[in-house]
Amino acid sequence: MQHIISILLENEAGALSRVAGLFSARGYNIESLTVAPTEDASLSRMTLVTRGSDTVVEQITKQLNKLVEVVKLVDLTEGQHIERELLLVKVEATADTRAQIRDLAEIFHGRIVDVGETTCTVELTGMGEKLDAFLQTLRSTNIVEVVRSGVSGIARGRKALRT
Amino acid sequence: MELTGAEIVVRCLEDEGTEMIFGYPGGSSLHIYDALYKQEKVRHILVRHEQAATHAADGYARSTGRTGVVLVTSGPGVTNTVTGIATAYMDSIPMVVISGQVPTQLIGDDAFQEVDAVGITRPCVKHNFLVTDVRDLALTIKKAFFIAASGRPGPVLVDVPKDVTAEKCHYVYPDTIKIRSYQPVRRGHPKQVKRAVDLLLQARRPVIYAGGGIILSDASDELTELVERLNYPCTNTLMGLGGFPASKSQYIGMLGMHGTYEANMVMHECDVMLCVGARFDDRITGDIHKFSPYAKIIHVDIDPSSISKNVAAHIPVVGPAKAILGDMIGFIKSSDRKPDTEAIATWWGQIAQWQAVKCLEFDRNSDKIKPQSVIEMLWQKTGGDAYVCSDVGQHQMWTAQYYHFDKPRHWINSGGLGTMGFGLPSAMGVQLAHPDQQVLCITSDASIMMCIQELSTCMQYRLPVKIFSLNNRYMGMVRQWQEFFYDRRYSNSYLDALPDFVKLAESFGHVGLTVDQPADLEGVIQSALAEKERAVFVDIVTDQTENVYPMIAAGCGHHEMQLRPAAQGQVVEGREIA
Repeated sequence: MQHIISILLENEAGALSRVAGLFSARGYNIESLTVAPTEDASLSRMTLVTRGSDTVVEQITKQLNKLVEVVKLVDLTEGQHIERELLLVKVEATADTRAQIRDLAEIFHGRIVDVGETTCTVELTGMGEKLDAFLQTLRSTNIVEVVRSGVSGIARGRKALRT
Repeated sequence: MELTGAEIVVRCLEDEGTEMIFGYPGGSSLHIYDALYKQEKVRHILVRHEQAATHAADGYARSTGRTGVVLVTSGPGVTNTVTGIATAYMDSIPMVVISGQVPTQLIGDDAFQEVDAVGITRPCVKHNFLVTDVRDLALTIKKAFFIAASGRPGPVLVDVPKDVTAEKCHYVYPDTIKIRSYQPVRRGHPKQVKRAVDLLLQARRPVIYAGGGIILSDASDELTELVERLNYPCTNTLMGLGGFPASKSQYIGMLGMHGTYEANMVMHECDVMLCVGARFDDRITGDIHKFSPYAKIIHVDIDPSSISKNVAAHIPVVGPAKAILGDMIGFIKSSDRKPDTEAIATWWGQIAQWQAVKCLEFDRNSDKIKPQSVIEMLWQKTGGDAYVCSDVGQHQMWTAQYYHFDKPRHWINSGGLGTMGFGLPSAMGVQLAHPDQQVLCITSDASIMMCIQELSTCMQYRLPVKIFSLNNRYMGMVRQWQEFFYDRRYSNSYLDALPDFVKLAESFGHVGLTVDQPADLEGVIQSALAEKERAVFVDIVTDQTENVYPMIAAGCGHHEMQLRPAAQGQVVEGREIA
């Protein structure tokens, strides 16, 4: 099963490599990983998507907790939560086809963020499946480049991951 | 007061109460070595290879409980420590390694003797640091000592660039420290401890399986009290030897791959298992699918990630062994429930049948020196009181089997990583920590060659380490596996060009002795042990073909042990006891 693990860790050089190193050393998989500083500049928040049996995921959370720089973590998939991912996709588009792409983007609540002579770039946020679906609809056009941020997540309600 | 970074490093060590460090100088650590030269509180032990510095610091730590400290230079200095750091990491030994680094402005330039020390050690340290500002230096060293020794101990590396050791700043060493992201558990959860005791007191076929955590947490007294109070059988892991005294009637020997028949049968047949400070390692469990099929398992460990990693625990208790065992004794005293003495007596009756197999018997009438007899004699002649440091292989297993440890911190070996070459340097660390005690290094013709250069360090510091090398002209354990599992194809396990060990020892200024007749063994051992001032190297020519028995082969369970050939067929089947 897929798990989204949200981690608060010290914003220090090398902290990311400890997390990545742990996963490769112990043979766990990382489907996606995002990290950025929080409102408290001394802390980073990392969202990590992994897949494994309950036993494996239990080990993953224990091993992550064991890292000296990890302050706290939560498995968001254990409760109600919101997950979002950002997609930027650059497609080939001429004056003739641009309107069609704009219509598609609107259906998915995306926006066109850049237009060039032969390309345009769409920005879209949402759950992973929505982004997948959008990319499916673009199949008939020529996709030049796709970039996805990986999942970020937050728990619903009062629950919060903070120090 | 303003101090240079180098002076700060040394002052931190002083303020940490470090009496000695083990190291080897080089370009990037020269400022620190200069600061060491100008003081007298911290003694520096110069080894001949940085790997030996880590093993010596490790032996010092294991035998004293204090943190071992290592000082090396950048590049090859630090890469040479990796084996020793990994050894300490696998066995949870508190160690601080301070490594020199190229100046900060050169980091990343592939400078001379530059290596990414933090990157290269990251998978085998508890934590590591690169100090880029002299103002962070004292606090970082404080953190390093705190992290290394607290919780589940382990090695911590502090990488210090040369320019940082030259810069000056005001020196303050904090008395205490708090790290928000690192808060080791200090006590077990009372509810869990109580549940554990309730289950333990209901046992009809119990076992207490205790590991290195007992030693690390100084919990031997508590463990001994608990076991004696309950009169339950107790088995120690390789790392836990001495944690429960071998001379007590409740002791059933070591468990695992080369454990006793009785210990492994008890593990297989038990209905309640209390595991304290051990981690269900593959050398302990045998085939995990056949492991202890009837047992309800209580697992006490300070590291939550050790619990339910290999074997699911029914009652997990997270915390230090000492505090938790103390709490368990308290609950047992106040509990209305008492152990089922009748069931326990029946259980001991069953165990006696397994013990009657005498799984550790060996041929005492051989015309060759049997390695087991060497260890047994060393145990007798030292009164079981020596510090025993071992290398890795057959001799290590025989020492674990035939030297019956009654005290913690006297058995020093590389259990988790299985590092050949560990024996001699670790014995140096132990001897330096205990100058008036008998320190043995049990090794072999193969293992000793991996850190043989340390004979020179032994001479420099006049360390009277007694080296007993079981010389079978093979890598014994490799040969044994090739005999059993590779149809006797002894691929590269024969040591064809061994030195004359007596002359070698003498060339370093030590006493060299050799013995190849069983009748001469006692005399040679006695004269070696009688030497007080000098190191003695005893080259003992043993039976080449001897194997370590009993043994759990790959794919077998605890109840499927292979006994020595002469005893095969007298296996007492384990049976369920009503």
